[in-house]
Amino acid sequence: MNKTDFLLAGVGGQGVLTASDILAEVGMALGLDVKKSEVHGFSQRGGIVDSHVRWDTHVNAPLGERGRIDYLLAFELLESTRWADYVKPGGVILVNRQRILPMSVTIGNAVYPNDAEIDLALRTVTDRIVYVEGLEIAKALGNKNLANTVLLGALAREMDVDPEVWLDVIVKRVPQKYLEENKKAFWAGRMGELRNTQHVTRKI
Amino acid sequence: MKKLLSGNEAIALGAYRAGVKYASAYPGTPSTEILENLAKYPAVRAEWAPNEKVALDSAAGACYAGARALAAMKHVGLNVASESLFYLAYTGVNGGLVLVSTDDPGAWSSQNEQDNRHYARFAKVPCLEPADSQECVDYMAMAFDLSEQFDTPVIVRTTTRISHSKSVVNVEDGNSRAEHPLKGFTPDPTKYAMIPAHSRRRHPVVEERTKKIAEWGNTAPINRIEWGDKKFGILASSVAYQYAHEVFAGYSFLKLGLSWPLPAQLIRDFASQVETLVIVEELDPFFETEIKALGIPCVGKEYFPMVNEFSLAVVREGARKLGVPQPPAVPAPATTLTPPPRPPALCPGCPHRSTFFALRKLRLRVAGDIGCYSIGVLPPFNAMDTIGCMGASLGVAQGIDAVGANNEKTPWVAVIGDSTFFHAGMPALANIIYNQGAATVLILDNDITAMTGQQQNPGSGITLQGQPTQKIDIESVVRGMGVQDVFVVEAFDERAVEKTLKHALAIKDRPSVVISKGPCVFLPTYPPKFTYAVNEKCNGCSMCFRVGCPAIFKGEIDTTTKQPKALIDPLLCVGCDICAQVCPHAAIDQVAN
Repeated sequence: MNKTDFLLAGVGGQGVLTASDILAEVGMALGLDVKKSEVHGFSQRGGIVDSHVRWDTHVNAPLGERGRIDYLLAFELLESTRWADYVKPGGVILVNRQRILPMSVTIGNAVYPNDAEIDLALRTVTDRIVYVEGLEIAKALGNKNLANTVLLGALAREMDVDPEVWLDVIVKRVPQKYLEENKKAFWAGRMGELRNTQHVTRKI
Repeated sequence: MKKLLSGNEAIALGAYRAGVKYASAYPGTPSTEILENLAKYPAVRAEWAPNEKVALDSAAGACYAGARALAAMKHVGLNVASESLFYLAYTGVNGGLVLVSTDDPGAWSSQNEQDNRHYARFAKVPCLEPADSQECVDYMAMAFDLSEQFDTPVIVRTTTRISHSKSVVNVEDGNSRAEHPLKGFTPDPTKYAMIPAHSRRRHPVVEERTKKIAEWGNTAPINRIEWGDKKFGILASSVAYQYAHEVFAGYSFLKLGLSWPLPAQLIRDFASQVETLVIVEELDPFFETEIKALGIPCVGKEYFPMVNEFSLAVVREGARKLGVPQPPAVPAPATTLTPPPRPPALCPGCPHRSTFFALRKLRLRVAGDIGCYSIGVLPPFNAMDTIGCMGASLGVAQGIDAVGANNEKTPWVAVIGDSTFFHAGMPALANIIYNQGAATVLILDNDITAMTGQQQNPGSGITLQGQPTQKIDIESVVRGMGVQDVFVVEAFDERAVEKTLKHALAIKDRPSVVISKGPCVFLPTYPPKFTYAVNEKCNGCSMCFRVGCPAIFKGEIDTTTKQPKALIDPLLCVGCDICAQVCPHAAIDQVAN
C-alpha cells in the first residue's frame, strides 16, 4: 500500500469521527504509520466536521493537502462540494446521497444546490465519483446510525485491501450488541448496494 | 503493542505512568479529554474545578504536599490561572507539577489565537512542546522529572493539532506506573509563603534556575539535531516541525522539545554549521525574537505567517519563497459552485432556544458570554452584542448600567450559562450587588457544561467520575448573595420566559436575576417528548424559522402567501415544543413517536 491521504467530511452527529478512527486503524493493521486529525468544538453543533486520515510508511503532518487527497468520503451531499478541491485530479469522491440542510438554507439566506449542480462541481475535480444511498441502506437495516459503516464498506470496494482487515478492526471497535448490524452494513457498502457512479435525479 | 491515541489521551497516559496522584482542570477545547481520560484511573484523584485558577491552586497544594500533580487548561484558561502560575514559579514545587496548556491556532473554538509559549518566558518556567502522541507520553514523564529536578512548575504546551490528532503510540510496557510515594510537606515559609521579604529572596533563585535549565537543554536529547543538507537549517517545534519536515525534506533540522528556556549554545552551534537558519514556528515569532536577540542571524516571519494555523500549503508557500523546490501547486478546480455556509446552530431541542427567541423579539441589547449560547450571536437570533471571555457578561453589563446606557430606550441584559456562572460569574454578580447596580442577569441553567461536550460542574450534582455529589443550587446562591428579585422559569415555556424577562427588566433600581432552567438535550434527564409535524394550517408566515431550529426547513410555496411553508425533519426533531408555541396558526402538532 502506497502513501494514501483521506478526507472524511460531514455534519456533526453523522459518525465522521468514528469512521475516521476505523480508517486510521485499518492503516495500522496494514502495518503502516498513520495520523488522523479533526476539529472539535463548535463543529459539533450541527456544523461542519472534517477529519483527515493519512497512511504512509512514516507520516509527519497530521493534515493532508488541498489538491492532493486520494479519497474524499463525503457523508453529506453539500459537504462533498465544500471539500472537493482537496481531492487530487483523478482522485475518488465517495458521496453519501443524504441532504442535511444548513441553517443558512433553512432560514432562506442561501439555496441548497441541486443534484446536477453538485455533480457538475465534483466533476471539475475528478470523474471517479461514487454515490451511495448510505442512509437508505442503514434505515433498511433498522438503524440510521449505520450509514457511516456502509460508507466505509463502499470505500473498501474502491481500495485494494482485504475486506477481512476492515472487518477485524470493526469487530474490535464496535460493541457486541451492534456488531452483526455493522457487519451487514459494511458488506452492503462493499458489495455496491444502491451504488451509482452517474448522477441520478431523485425526488426528495 | 501499538495504539492509536490522541495527544490528549497520550498526555493522560503519560501522566498516569509518571505517577501523577492529583489532576484538576476546567473543561475547554482542545484540553477537555485530558481529565476525562485521567478520570479512568482509580489511582489518580481527578477533579473538575470551577475554573482554571482553582485547578492550578489545587494542583499546587497537592504538589506542596509532595504528590505529583497536574492541571490542564485551554490557552485562555491560563490567563485565568496566570496569577497562580506566577507565584508557583517563585515557590517552586515539592512533588512534580505539570501545567498542560492546549493552544488553539486557527481559533477553532476560542476567542483568540494567543501563543502561550510567552507565559513560560514571562513566568520564568520551562516549556515542553511534544510534536505527536508518542512524544506526549514521553514528555509527560520528562516534565515531572524536570519539575522535581529543578524545583519548578513545568508547562507542557500543545496545540489543537497535537491534542486532537491521533497517532501511533508504542505501549509495550502497558499501563506500568512509576509510583512516587507522597513526600509530605516540610514547612518552609521562605519557600512557600510569598510575602515580599521571601519573594525578593526567591527571585534570584528563579533567575539562576532558568540558566541551569537552558544549560541542561544544550545537551538533553529532547532537543535534537537531524543533519541533512546544510543549505538550510530548520529550527521548529510542535506541529510546525511536522509540516516543515515534509516540506523541507532532506535539509538539516534542530527540533526543539524544550521551547523555553532556549538552549543558546546548541542553537549557536547549529546555526554556525548551516548556510541559513530558518525558524518555522506557528503564531508568534517567539523563537525568532529570542534568537535574534542572541545575535544569531535567522529568517522566519517574513516567510511564514503570524496569523492562523499552519498547514502543509502555508509552510510550502514559505519554502517556495526561500527557493526550496516544491511540487507544483494544484490549480483550483473550475467549479463555479459556492456551497452555502453551514454555521453551528443550537441543537434541536436546546433549552436556550426560547431565551434567544425572546431576546430577539424584545429587541434587547445583550452582554453575552462563553458557551453554546454564544451561537445566539448568529442569525436568525442576532441576539448577542458582546462576547469576551468567561464571566465577562456580568461585568460588562455593570459598566453599561453604571454610565446610564442601560435605559428605557436600550435595555440591556447579561446572559451567562450555569458553568460559566460558577467559573467567573459569581464575583461579577457580587460586584453588581455591592455597587448598587441595576443590571438584569439571565442565567441559562442546563445542568451541564455543554459546549465542550457535557462535562459536569458544581451545579450538576455529579462528579467527573459520574458519582453523585452535593449540587450547588444557583437560585440559593443568588439569593444568598443578596439579590431580592430572583425568578426561576421553565426554559421550554417560551411565553413564560418572555413574560419573566419583561418583568425583570421593569425593575430599574436594583439587580434582578432570571434563571431559565431546562436540561441540555444530551442529558439523560432530558424529558422524553413527542415528535412534531406541520399541518395544513401552515401558510408560510415564517415565524417558526425564527427559532433557528435545524429540524425545521422550508418546504413548498403556499399558494396564498407565496411564502415557503414549514417542514419538520422527524429524524432531527426531539419535540421541545418551542416551534409549536410560537406558531400563530396552530399549524404544528405533536405526533406520537
